Amino acid sequence: MDDKDLELLRILEENSRLSAQEIGSMTNLIPAEVEARIHTLEESRIIRKYTTVINWEKAGNGEVSAILELKVSPERDFGYDRIAERLSRFRQVRTLRLITGTYDLQVMVSGKNMQEVSRFVSEHVAPMDRIRETATHIVMKSYKENGNTLFEQQETERLPYSF
Amino acid sequence: MRTFVSDRALQIPPSGIRKFFDLALTMNDVISLGVGEPDFRTPWNICEAGIYSVEQGATSYTSNRGLQSLRDALAAHLASRYQLRYSADNEMIITSGVSEGLDIAIRAIVNPGDEVLIAEPSYVSYAPCVALAGGIPVPVECTEQDHFRLNPDKLQAKITPRTKALIINFPNNPTGAVMKKEDLEPIADIVTDRDLMLLSDEVYSEITYESTHVAAATVKDLWERTITLNGFSKSYAMTGWRVGFLCAPKEICDAALKIHQYVMLCAPVMGQIGALEALRSAEDEKTSMVNEYRLRRNMFVAGLNRIGLSCHVPDGAFYAFPSVKGTGLSDAEFAERLLREQRVAVVPGSVFGSGGEYHLRCAYAVSRKELTEALGRMETFINGL
Repeated sequence: MDDKDLELLRILEENSRLSAQEIGSMTNLIPAEVEARIHTLEESRIIRKYTTVINWEKAGNGEVSAILELKVSPERDFGYDRIAERLSRFRQVRTLRLITGTYDLQVMVSGKNMQEVSRFVSEHVAPMDRIRETATHIVMKSYKENGNTLFEQQETERLPYSF
Repeated sequence: MRTFVSDRALQIPPSGIRKFFDLALTMNDVISLGVGEPDFRTPWNICEAGIYSVEQGATSYTSNRGLQSLRDALAAHLASRYQLRYSADNEMIITSGVSEGLDIAIRAIVNPGDEVLIAEPSYVSYAPCVALAGGIPVPVECTEQDHFRLNPDKLQAKITPRTKALIINFPNNPTGAVMKKEDLEPIADIVTDRDLMLLSDEVYSEITYESTHVAAATVKDLWERTITLNGFSKSYAMTGWRVGFLCAPKEICDAALKIHQYVMLCAPVMGQIGALEALRSAEDEKTSMVNEYRLRRNMFVAGLNRIGLSCHVPDGAFYAFPSVKGTGLSDAEFAERLLREQRVAVVPGSVFGSGGEYHLRCAYAVSRKELTEALGRMETFINGL
């Protein structure tokens, strides 16, 4: 990892669809080197995957999302890892984090509709061993996802020329 | 009726881009590379601080020098970032942008008939401000061969017994040139030997790509004869907030303060509160803006060279300054035809004084998408010549 790699990561995090040529022109690298460096970053699993931020609500295909707060009894030798990894395998779990505070695991889940989410929570998550308590919060509206605001912002007016 | 407009006002030349400005306003779909300000919005924490201050009733005058808290934070920032040491109490004035700082600095030191050297190409207000103060602006040309840095021999050649001061601006608008320590040292020797005052407009100091900016006052013995001008407009995308600052040894600062208190009283208070927030917690936003400018610079300058407009690589600010010599057009002709035929707005270099002829100032403070589109249109234009 060097400064150029960091620069590549910042570019890709913002827009992973740029071509090697475009990225090369921004970083003063030849396209082949851009590709080689990205390949190395992929191999080393620093780049996990390429994805898209979608405003599903606007797409008219709104999924239902919920935030689960789980209190968990940690296991000897494993702590929270085993149960967290087990939960992570479910397709419905989008994000899972161990956090400090009044509960232990924060889980973002999503499903096609409310029924699917509630069934997932009550049938798969809540009954799991070592989960002592669950609280489920339904997401009503999302304003920002992964650093991207989802609401329209007014264009500001700029003069065509200024010194 | 007699003419009421003063000789001095009459003597100031009109804006070199009025014609272009009016033309651009009548056109749709113009990509403007003519704008000398960041395209980013002010980071939200700064806006929020300004809004909150208004809600809290911070709507009155501040002390003439500016808020003590802002001056304290600024003194600490300048010391840690540039090793530039000024007392927050009597060597610093918060101004309404660098524009005001420049005006009061010049008026504080220039007597009628004094010659003031201006390293050109330069920002357009230096010469008029000198003239308004009764001084005589004298250009010192920075050439493309010198990468638009100030050449000590050229400076030496322009000094006369009437020379009072030198105005420099690095990182430079319009060329993007940067002066490193070793470039400033011979200038420092001349300025000291010839007993001149140095006015250093460092408003682009935070926007450098290869190394940290070197503040002129930190070079050799320049501190005691330097007025440092800087501001928040470019570094924190705060152009409309109108906050700058002037730093100078006490005697000079006191003189500038007298003018400031009569002509401006103080910089706008919400702007000062926003500026304080900028110093406290907008470092990351600033860095990410500079990172983005760097990417744009790389792709844009490479693109200009590819389409046949040779361009040195600017190490600071957000301007590229390509040459149009190869096209057979003057800079003004090129700029006007490019606007009319391909709807890309650039500023002809000659507007910025000697050394600017046959160049264009292209601000890359627009999105990468627009830069790519602008390059395409410029290529079409050049191929059609």
